[in-house]
Order: sequence, then C-alpha cells, then structure tokens
Amino acid sequence: MQQAMADDKDVLRDVWFGRIPTCFTLYQDEITEREAEPFYLLLPRVSYLPLVTDKVRKHFQKVMKPDDVGEMWFEYEGTPLKWHYPIGLLFDLYASNTTLPWSIFVHFKNFPQQDLLHCPSNSVIEAHFMSSIKEADALKHKGAVVNEMQKKDHKQLWMGLQNDKFDQFWAMNRKLMEYPTEEGGFRYIPFRIYQVTSNRPFIQKLFRPVASDGCPHTLGDLLKEVFPAAIPQNDGQKKYQVMIHGIEPMLETPIQWLSEHLSYPDNFLHISIIPAPSD
Amino acid sequence: MPSSLLWAVDVFGRVYSLSTAAQQWDQCKEAQLEFKRVTAVQQCCWAIACDHQIYLNVHASDVPIRYKEETYENQRWNPVDGFSDRLLPSDRWQWSDMTGLKHQPLDSFQLPSENWEWEADWYVDENFGGEPTEKGGWTYAIDFPAAYTKDKKWNSCVRRRRWIRYRRYKACNTWAKVPSEQAGLPDPFNDISCGGWEISDEPRGQMSLWAVSLQGKVWFREDIHHLNPEGSSWVEVQVPGEVVQISCGAGDLVWAVLWEGQLLVREGIGRDCPKGSSWVVVESPSPEVGAIHVAVGVNVVWAVTKDHKVWFRRGINSHNPCGSGWIGMVGEMVMINVGLSDQVWGIGAEDRAIYMRQGVTANELSGKAWKALPSLRDSDRAHSSASASSLPSAGCFFSGEVRVQSRGSVIGDIDAGQEASCEAAPLLHGQADAPKPLIPKVTSDSFISELVSDRDRREGAVSTPIPEEDQGSEQDDKAPPALVLSHSPSCGPDPQWSNVDLEEAQTHLAVGAASDAAETSSLSSVATYNLGLEEPYGPDEHPLWAWVSGGGCAVDSHSQLSWFNSSAGMCSSMQSMSLSVSPAQTAAWRKQIFEQLSERSKREMDNFRHYEQAIEQTVWVKKGTMQWWRDWKPHKWVDVRFALEQYCGTDGSKEGILFIYYTFNEEKKYLHAFINEVTILVPVLSDSKHTFAIYTPERTKQRWPIRLAASTEHEMFDWLALLTMSCCDSRGVQGPPSKQAIWSVTCKGDIFVSEPSPSLEASPYPMSCDQMFWHQIGGHLRTIECNSLGVVWGIGCDHTAWVYSGGYGGGFFQGLASSTDNIYTQTDVKSVYIYENQRWNPVTGYTNRGLPTDRYMWSDASGLQECTKANTKPPSPHWTWVSDWTIDYNVSGGTDREGWQYAADFPASYHGSKTLKDFVRRRRWARKCKITTTGPWQEVPPIPLCDVTILPCMAQSKVEQVLLWAISNKGDVLCRLGVTPETPAGTSWLHVGTDQPFKSISIGGAHQVWAIARDGSAFYRGSVSQQNPAGDCWYHIPSPPRQKLKQVSVGRTSVYAVDDNGNLWYRHGLTPSYPQGTTWEHISNNVRKVSVGPLDQVWIIADKVQGSHSLSCGTVCHRLGVQPMEPKGQSWDYGIGGGWDHITVRGNSLEAPRISMAMLSDRPVPASSTPHSPLPLRNPEGMNGNVVQS
Repeated sequence: MQQAMADDKDVLRDVWFGRIPTCFTLYQDEITEREAEPFYLLLPRVSYLPLVTDKVRKHFQKVMKPDDVGEMWFEYEGTPLKWHYPIGLLFDLYASNTTLPWSIFVHFKNFPQQDLLHCPSNSVIEAHFMSSIKEADALKHKGAVVNEMQKKDHKQLWMGLQNDKFDQFWAMNRKLMEYPTEEGGFRYIPFRIYQVTSNRPFIQKLFRPVASDGCPHTLGDLLKEVFPAAIPQNDGQKKYQVMIHGIEPMLETPIQWLSEHLSYPDNFLHISIIPAPSD
Repeated sequence: MPSSLLWAVDVFGRVYSLSTAAQQWDQCKEAQLEFKRVTAVQQCCWAIACDHQIYLNVHASDVPIRYKEETYENQRWNPVDGFSDRLLPSDRWQWSDMTGLKHQPLDSFQLPSENWEWEADWYVDENFGGEPTEKGGWTYAIDFPAAYTKDKKWNSCVRRRRWIRYRRYKACNTWAKVPSEQAGLPDPFNDISCGGWEISDEPRGQMSLWAVSLQGKVWFREDIHHLNPEGSSWVEVQVPGEVVQISCGAGDLVWAVLWEGQLLVREGIGRDCPKGSSWVVVESPSPEVGAIHVAVGVNVVWAVTKDHKVWFRRGINSHNPCGSGWIGMVGEMVMINVGLSDQVWGIGAEDRAIYMRQGVTANELSGKAWKALPSLRDSDRAHSSASASSLPSAGCFFSGEVRVQSRGSVIGDIDAGQEASCEAAPLLHGQADAPKPLIPKVTSDSFISELVSDRDRREGAVSTPIPEEDQGSEQDDKAPPALVLSHSPSCGPDPQWSNVDLEEAQTHLAVGAASDAAETSSLSSVATYNLGLEEPYGPDEHPLWAWVSGGGCAVDSHSQLSWFNSSAGMCSSMQSMSLSVSPAQTAAWRKQIFEQLSERSKREMDNFRHYEQAIEQTVWVKKGTMQWWRDWKPHKWVDVRFALEQYCGTDGSKEGILFIYYTFNEEKKYLHAFINEVTILVPVLSDSKHTFAIYTPERTKQRWPIRLAASTEHEMFDWLALLTMSCCDSRGVQGPPSKQAIWSVTCKGDIFVSEPSPSLEASPYPMSCDQMFWHQIGGHLRTIECNSLGVVWGIGCDHTAWVYSGGYGGGFFQGLASSTDNIYTQTDVKSVYIYENQRWNPVTGYTNRGLPTDRYMWSDASGLQECTKANTKPPSPHWTWVSDWTIDYNVSGGTDREGWQYAADFPASYHGSKTLKDFVRRRRWARKCKITTTGPWQEVPPIPLCDVTILPCMAQSKVEQVLLWAISNKGDVLCRLGVTPETPAGTSWLHVGTDQPFKSISIGGAHQVWAIARDGSAFYRGSVSQQNPAGDCWYHIPSPPRQKLKQVSVGRTSVYAVDDNGNLWYRHGLTPSYPQGTTWEHISNNVRKVSVGPLDQVWIIADKVQGSHSLSCGTVCHRLGVQPMEPKGQSWDYGIGGGWDHITVRGNSLEAPRISMAMLSDRPVPASSTPHSPLPLRNPEGMNGNVVQS
C-alpha cells in the first residue's frame, strides 16, 4: 500500500511540462544590420509556435530594419513548420532523431502561402485551438461536455495553455476527459496520424475505445485498422516508429488510456509515424 | 460491495448458487437430496426437498450463533442453616426464571434440535448490572420479589444468583432439516417464502417464513430471529381458499396465489403482528387467465398468469399493499422472484434460462428489459471455453425475437396432459386439432417432484412417495373447481407421473415447438427430459432452471456484475485490465510509458536547463460570486465577489490570497485571507444553502469562521476542490496521508486528515493545535481508527466496516486532487428523526392540539423546529430517501406498543408507559436516507461493526501481525486475524465470547485490551499477545461510582474512559503485575470522546468550548503537559470545531524533538539534528515486551 508507485497524473504533468530545447537561427537570406546571434529557448511541447516565440521575434527585430520584418515563420531542414500543429508533434514528425537542440531557421519574408496559414494574432490560434477541442468533444461525448461549458470555462482552457498553467488548464480539461464508467471509454477516440512521406496531411477515422466484445482497444488495434504498415511484421523488422510526445508507447497500450493521458491540450492524440532509423 | 449469492434449482432438483463476484454457478454439493424450491435471504437459505421437508442452510459467519440460556437459583435464610435451598412453601421455585413464576432447573434445558451444541457447562454470572459481585454471584433482597443488591445487609432474607449457559448453532453451511416438532404437521410443504426482516429495525433480527402445504393451507413459522434461525413452531394461518404459492417481501408485503387464479394480499402486518390479520382478494391481471405465481419485494409486486405473461402491479406502497392496477410486461416467464432492492429475476417460459430485470431502480421499479444470466456451471468447467463462446443468450436482451436455441433440451410448453396423449400415439400433426386435454393440477414446480419421484421410482430408491392419497382426499373434501374435477384419483397412473423416455421426448419436443402457437391455456410448464442420462446436459446445453431466489443477492442497477461479461475466458487478460484499476498499474505498457517519459525528460531537458523558458509565470486569478455570512450584527447573508489569486513564491512554492469584496454603507471593502494561513475548509450541513466554512488559527480561536455560500452545489465543490488544492500546495501536502496522520470525522460524516509535525507533542511548548492544517479525504464515515503502520479502518453510519486503500481524494475531489486508483464507490445509510408530540385533554384524550405555548406538534428533538413528514428533507442534496417514515421504537426510555413516550410536560424526561401524572406524549419517526460517494475505502464484509481498535506501535516497529479488535453492531467482541501493513483488511474474524453485548474497545501498545459493555461496565482482557491474539479471559473492572462508561481508549500505558455524562476518567495504579489498575480519577467534564495515542498523548472531542465570538460543540482538544511521569497532563489546548464527532491520534508516534532549556530562547531545532529522546528507551521490542509502567 502507499508505495511510491508512479501515479497516472504524473504522466499528465510530464506531458504538459515537456520542453524541447531549440536554437533559433535567422535564415541567411534575411537582411540584418548586424550579425544576428542564435536564440536559445525551451519550447513547451504542447503549445504552438506563435504562442511562444514572442521572445524570438524581439530578439531578431533588434538587428533588423522594421521594413524588413514581415510575418515570422519557421523552417526546419527545408520544411516550413505549420504553426497550427503542436510543437511536440512538429518535432516528433520532422526531427525526432536529430541531435538537440533543435535547430530552426527563422524567416521574416517569402511567406510560403501554399504551405502555411497566416497567423496575424493569437486570437487565430485560440480559434483554432478551441475548434479542435470542440471537434474532439464531438467525437468523445457528442459535444455534450464542451457545449455545457460556459464562455469563461473555454477561456480558462485557453488561458491555461497560453500561460502554461497546468492546474488551471486541467481543472477544466478533466471534465472533457470524463466518461460514463459503464461504457468503458469515450464514444470515439479523437486521434490524428501523421507521416512525413504522405501527401495527406493526416489520417483521422472514427474509432471506438472498446471492442464490441467489451475488450478495450489498444494502440495496436488502432494501427491495425488505420495504418497496418506501422505494425512490425513477423520477421521482427521494425519499419516505422509510432511516436507520441517523443515516446513510443507499446502497442498493447489501451487507446482509451492514451487518449486520457497522452492527448495534446487540444484533446487529440497526435501520433507521428516516422521511418525507423536504419542503423 | 461484498459478494452475495443468487440461488437456483434446476429441473433435476440440484441446487446451485451464483456469487455476484463469479461468472459461473456453483453446485451445492452438500445437498443430499433433490430440492424443489429455495428461498434465500442474506444470512441463510431455506429449501423444500423432495421429501417435502424443510431444510435450512445458514451461511457460516465468523461470529457464531450463540443463544444464552439462563436460570436463577433462589435461596432463603433461616437461623439454622443460614442461606439454604429450603424455601417457604409460598416462595418461588428453588430454580426459576427471573420472575420466579416458571420452574426451570438446570437439567430442564434441552437443545432445541440436533443442530445445536452446548458451548460449555453452566456457570454463575458475577456481573450485576455492570457491577462485579462477590464470588458466587449472589444478590440479596428482603424478600421475593424485591430489589436486589450485591451487598448482604442485616435484613437480607433471600438471595439469588444467575446461572448462564450458551448453546451454539452448529449446522452452518449445510442443509439441516428443520425439526418438525408437531406431529400433526401438516401435509407436505409445497412452497415457502422468507422475508419480513425489515418489518422491525430491532437488532433481534426477526424474520418471517411463510409456507404453503400441498393441501393449499398456509403456515407461518414463529419466532425466527438471529439467535434462533430455525424458528420454533408452525402456526396455521387461515386462508379463504386453496393457496398454491406465496411470496413474502423484505418488508410487510405478503401475497399469495389461490388455486382459482386470484391473488390474496395480507393486511395488518406490523412489528407486533408479523403474521398480519386479514386477507384481501385481488383479481387476476387478466380476466380469462388466472394468476399462477406472484413475487413481492419491498415496494413491488410481480405476477405471472397461467399463459406465462408477466404483470407488474401499479401503486404499491406501505399504505396500500394491494396496489391499484396491473401492467402487462414483455416476456414470458414461468416464475418470478424479487430480491433485495426490489431487483427481479425470472425463469423464461421458453428456454428455462434465468433472466435478470435490467434497469430496476427506486424510481423505475418496473425496470427496462430482461437479460439472460450466463448458464455456465462449475461442472461445465472442462468445456467452458466451448460453451462460453457458444453462449448465444449472454448479452442478449430478452425480447420477442430473441430465442435461445439449445439442441435437445428445448422445453416445450406442453402440459402433462398433452404429454400423456402423445405417449399413446405419434400425433405429430393432429395436435392442434386434438381436443384440449384436461389440465391436471400441476403448478409450475410440482413437475419437479414428479420428475424426482419418477426417478426415485425408477431407481428403486426408497424415498418418501408423493402422497397421492392426500391429493385425492383433498379433492374429496373440498368442492374443487372444474379444472380439478377431471383429475380423478382413480384413473390409474396419473398422467402427470408418466414416464417419458428419450425417444418420445424428442417427439414431444417437435410437438412442443409446433404447438407453440396453439398452446394457450397450459397451466403448467411441465417439460420433458431425458431423465436416465448421467450427465443431463451436453456441453452446449443450458441448464433448465426450475426456481430462482434473489432474496440474498445484493445487486442493484448500478452494480458492476461479472455475470454479463460474456467474453469470459476469451479475453480474460484484457478483462483484468479495466482502465484505471490497480492491476493495470503493473502492466508493462504503463511501466514503459513512465520510463520513456522520464528518459525523454532527461534527454530533452537535462542538458538545457539554462535555456530560457518560453512562457514566464504570472499571477492567476479565479473569480466568482458568493454569499457571505456577515461577521458583524445583524448577521445575514450578503452578496460578495470572491477571488483567489495564486502566484509563485520566490522559492518556487505556490502562494495565494483569498479576497472577499463586499459593500458596506455603499462603500466598497474587502476581507482577505492568506492561503497559507487557512487551516481547514469545511462543507457545512445545510438543506437550503451550499455553504462551507474557512478557518484560520485566529478564526478557530474566535469560533467564528468565514462562512460562504455558493449558488449551486456544483460551484461549491468546484471552489472547495480548488481551494483545498491551493492550500495543500502552499503547505506542500500532496498524495496520500502519511502513516502518522491524525484522522477526524465531522458530524456530517466528512473525513479530515492532518499531518502532525514533531512539535505537536513537544513538551513543554507544543505546537498550538489551532495551527493544525486539515484537509478532506473522500468518503463518508462515522468512526475512524488507525495506527502508525498505516492500517486505517473506518465504520459507516450503517455500521459497514471499511479499510483505507492507500489512495487520496474521491468525493468532490476529481482530476488532479485525487488518485486515479484506490478510489471506490462508498455508500452509507443513516436515519433522520422527527417527533410527533401530543397533549392530553380531558375531553378527547391525547390529540394533536397542544397548548398555545407548546412546541410544534411535529418537531425536531428539541421541539424548537417544526419538522413535518412532508417538509423534512434529507440532510443535504447528496442524500436520498430510501425508506418511508416509520415509528422508531428504539428510543432511550422505552416506548409503548405504538411507540409513544409519556411525560408530565414538554420538555421532560420521557418514559415508555402512561401514568396518571402524564399530560404529554411523543413518539419518534425515522426515515432512512442514503449517500453514494467515492473515497479511498474498501468494504470489509460481512459483519457490521460499531467499534474498532488497532494496536498502536512506534513507526519503526516491525510487527508480524497487527492486532485489531472490533465490536460488531450486535455487541460481539471480535479479533481480526491476518492484519499486516500489507494486508490491512486482514482475513477473518475470531469471535471472543462475552456474557453480554459490548460497545467500545481499545488495545494499548503492550497488547492490553480494555472494553466497555453495553451496561456501562469496563472489562480488561488478560494475556493478549502476538502469539495469543485473542487473550484468555475477561476481568470485570468496576466503573466509577454511579457512572456508566461509554468509551475507552488505551495508549502506550495510559487508560482513559468517557462515561455517559461526559466525564473523562484516568485509570490509576496500572502496574505490569496488576495491569487492571486500582481506581478511576476524574480528569474533565464535557467530553464526548477520547483518543489516546502511542506516545500516551491524549486528545478529546469536547462539548461546549467557548471562543471569543461564539461557542462550539464537538471541538478537537489536546491535553497539554502530558509527560511520562505525569500522564494526566495539566490543561487543554483547543483546536478545530465545532461539529467534530471523532478523532484518532493513534497513528502519530512522532516524538517531539528534545529542546534543551538553553535552546528555548533560540529557535526550535529541526527534528533530524536533535539527540534522541532521553526518556526510557521505546524501541519496539522493549515496548511490546514491557507490560505496563506508570
């Protein structure tokens, strides 16, 4: 009894407080008045780039003429980074096997219209974030929970994320994670599966947490249905890594538990499938 | 919820039980005979066997059933012999009962049946009303009958003493034949039904057993109660017709079915008259088709008509046992049974499977749908996987289109008459055209007796034959209805006895299926079976059930039953992994996630801690509106804005401030409190407002908290959860309580925990106890006890025992403030009382018209509040009523037969019988309400407790077995075996015999066990040790003069007790050689409860503590100045209150750091750096070895 058994809530905390050490370097084409030093920052994995890069902008603005400062965007090894993906997802998807810190180029011009959405203000992020939460709740509870919340409750979720307030966020978010015990889980699991090599931005399907025979579905069951290639073949060769928050959960992990504990603040499980390192 | 049993009999007369925790039926191997019917309650199961005798199976319990026989020995003094057994001719018998009217020498006592045994020989009782007598146990008086005293006086002419002998019921867990002492008893029994245990709340545990004989007479078994499980005799209850079946609910409902198809309802059943007084006839639900079966619960009646249709009776309640109308239900059943919480079981007419009614709740007694129970039996184990996967019925709802196919064992709904005709010719097609055969007198179960007797006959076994003559004569006696007329006794082998062999059975089956639609009026549901086979069912076949009884099966619509986990066996590995339940903790996937996350943090963060954070921490404010109970007069609720501001302190700790913004004289003002000064947040009991109180040390001194009311309950709990978390954060309190924790319970049943600091028991300058920080733990309890090894037990208001599971949170703490595992559902039941008051006037006698100055005619106990049946609500919205208002007869002072207590005037002392001087009377009404909440508590079934105590130890001590003693709610003393820090619930109870019921118990650090009996006397248990956990004998300790003790607590060496008048007593003169001590010394008054800890520290709950602003009752107090040489201490320090009911400090073995006088001027030194206590060594061995030192 009472032994030091790690609690499930520690997982929530670990997920929330995940940080990626990042080195921001101004792209060589940008025009500066003097040399721009790289800028080092710990980025919260669960947040969004524009939400946490004020300091980056200020840092580089100091060495640039105001006229040369357009909308800031980021690029990693030639890939423009979508601001509406959580940072942890971007890192897992594109850079999970690189050495740290994560090296990102900062751009202020040549905004890649075809790849990125504009982000004129934080309210755009808020709108995106809230719509994700609503979509997730529509899947989980037919939207019943999120619709019952008041405006200030929605604000609390957003402010919790914006200000990195774990308690504030989870005080409200726990309501989104509840479900009737007799059903054993949500209606459907809100998840998205991303892969670098695909043209589709992501895969999303209706998937229940519990099989019709009452057995809980696992991560493996989900992949079997949605992305069978990600499951190691009989020869034991692992072709893909299945990554959430920088870790590879076992395929036996119940999907409901994953959804409750490893979802991003937008209430989606963002799963990256990346080719396994060849070595 | 502990597991309980559903009982059933299959068509072969084999008895099975299905545990609520199991997935398959267990055959009752003890049954030597085939059984016809069973009727179960929680503690036993009655059955009629094929010999038509009644058998009783009492479930074994850790507490034996013991019956105390007593008799008095009377003597008279004469100058020649002194006291002798030579009495005057006018005197009573030399051996008599207490009144002296009945002659009862020792050898006149016989065991009532062979199911009993004597526990020991007769012995003399040396306890006289709580006072020990001289050896010999004599009590003296001037003459018979008179007041006896224990002292012999000059005028004592007679004396008497009481002899005691216990007998013990020994036939537990086996089918014991109930003695049928009356020779003329009746014709063989045909039906029984047990119930009635809710008719009276009294601890005697009275129960009703109704039986129907083959002749249709009704019998009632007298005098069944806890101590007399067999009852004593049968009494015939006159009935207006011939009864075929009877059903008795847990309460006062009794319905019977008449042979003609009408129903009978018993009226006038009550506490004084469990048999009831009269019958009322209720017509069958359907005018053409008579009823054949009825089943009643507490508030429901279900019936089955002869066409197998199921009916639900509308409008049943305690005032109207007849109800108001029938509602036809879906499903076709041969019988129905109503169990605990009015849950319903039935046996399908078609497939003979057992169905459970789904969705039966107090608000929807008729439920929603039928669901088949799995039919897996233990004998099927060999092929369980095969049958499990081929279970078509499991999980299917019983509705029109669902038919369970089971090869070869389909039960045709053909009656015996059809069978008989089939035997003669293979009438496969002519069946529908064949003239409807006459229907023999077969009730839905009598075919079992047929089958059984049939088999008997075939096997040549000598067995009680079914008395056919009886049936014949019965038909001669009465003018039977037309239906029966055809059933001529002279027609040779009765069709219903006909033998059916396998081949023909198959034919019948086909017929049965074909004639299914045509079959309308079949009275019985006689089936055909291949009786000769060794194994009657193949692996894929279902058992064919004949009877089911759920009277002992505690399930409700919320129970998680393993019965319906159809996937049993197939995915058992996943089954155990139900989310957020502890076995999953150990799952590999979870371990991997924890490991990977910590690896990830190391990889991504460890080398980069010097990097700047992207988001800087700021202040976070939560605001709301509430009402505030204004601090100054006139006190009233005023609207305020409420805000909690939280920020990170410079050292990274979290801090917060509470603001209450109010307007006074149109001026905006505010009140604030620092979160780190808040000592406790308490939800306050109120039926109208959602209120809670906030205390700081200052407010505790004033006895005047900040009182706030939220607009909704939800909002209040949101705030309470948030504020509690904020307080805990600022104090660095997180996770489960430590083993040293001090636990307390409020009168509302809320549980609070405080982490003691070493300075709490420091001397001479302890931490003031109003500084203690308390936080709430989920659950609802009345009493809680613990020790410093982390063993914590609680007892609910309904006497359920609970053990602490190691979790934290629950209740309104959700999400982060609660552990995800070790939190369980907890329920508790308590009674709400109101009083009916009446005044006598010379014209009309007692009426509800009082004097203008009188109290309300319906009031609370004080008479100050009006409380009517209609306007009295449960204590808070969490509670729901679970019973109706009933008269409470268990009131101190006694009552008359209608529950009245009399007095000269209001308010006064009340007594149970009317005298000439009485002008007013009152009676107490009780209504039960129930709370369902969650908390870190697991039930310890099955014995309800009223007190518990756990061996206090030093934190470091290693104890193989933690001694734990308890008292059951019936007053039995119990010793728990197998309790260790790893298995705090232990394994089983060991009963410790006493001569009378007990009420309080406590064990000290040296295994000294003290207890208080119900009569207020104290007892010391000798020779308790690790090796001999139950000790050997009781020593009677005289109580303080003219006081009846109520509670006792034993610390390391100190013994304290509280009496009924609120006095606290200290036991003097305890020495290792004389651990009983010598005298009681008065310490204090206004004490409600005492808890003495392993350091001999003394804490109490005190009544009436005066603060600077107000007075509080139920206050936690700490005895100051307690030292090894001065165990009585000097004065009280006052802590949190009022409204506290219980505290236990028996986990706190944190010794105070030693403070030298020189250091006192300086700051106290942290505990770790201080030298060890200079007191005599208290190492565990030393402590457990030394008995007592004073």
